[in-house]
Amino acid sequence: MAKTNYESVVVLTPVLSEKMLQEAVSSYEKLITENGGELIHKENWGLTKMAYPIQKKTTGFYQIFEFAAEPDAEIVDKLELAYRRDEQVLRYLCIKLDKHAVKYNERRRNGEFNKPRELAAPDVVKTAPRHISQVAEAKVELLASEEEE
Amino acid sequence: MAKRKRYTRTPVIRPKKYCRFKKSGIKYIDYKNPDFLMPFINEQGKLLPRRITGTSLKYQRKVAVAVKRCRHIALLPYVADQMK
Repeated sequence: MAKTNYESVVVLTPVLSEKMLQEAVSSYEKLITENGGELIHKENWGLTKMAYPIQKKTTGFYQIFEFAAEPDAEIVDKLELAYRRDEQVLRYLCIKLDKHAVKYNERRRNGEFNKPRELAAPDVVKTAPRHISQVAEAKVELLASEEEE
Repeated sequence: MAKRKRYTRTPVIRPKKYCRFKKSGIKYIDYKNPDFLMPFINEQGKLLPRRITGTSLKYQRKVAVAVKRCRHIALLPYVADQMK
């Protein structure tokens, strides 16, 4: 059977030391490869500010895996089970990628979009001011369509 | 009864809304990029309806899924007072 591409995002607690983080990440990598998965890409965003606190923590280590695996291998089940058992994991998300997503990720990896997160300073507070132009735009649109009605 | 004043409404000509995904040929909406999803949510972090953003139904569904995933991994808030 054809392999399916999956993507998994894990948010780990910010209290981890560098070494513990590496260990956790490599253990998940091992889990993927040992179960017949093929790791395509991994990405570490470092310490990133979250939009809302989880377990009273406002930041987290974001780690992304992209891998291809047989759907029969139940690799996602195993991975999710491991995430759930791990107390260092604040959040996780595993999704199946469709063909557009695979293409998009490939282009993203090749740096076609000028926004690789790991190159931008990860500790910069990623909230308010940078959206102002977009807010204005959205608001104008909103007002315009409200008038219409 | 007072006579009701009649208003003659001048029709407002607005540029036609369009689906920005169809226009620019975007096939996949990345849930890991909250900045990209910003135009599709309001100040409270709620999804904006299609009639405001002009997104086609096909991509509105994808936007909705992407925003929900983004919220789950805490890159977008579920509720916010003034997020922008």
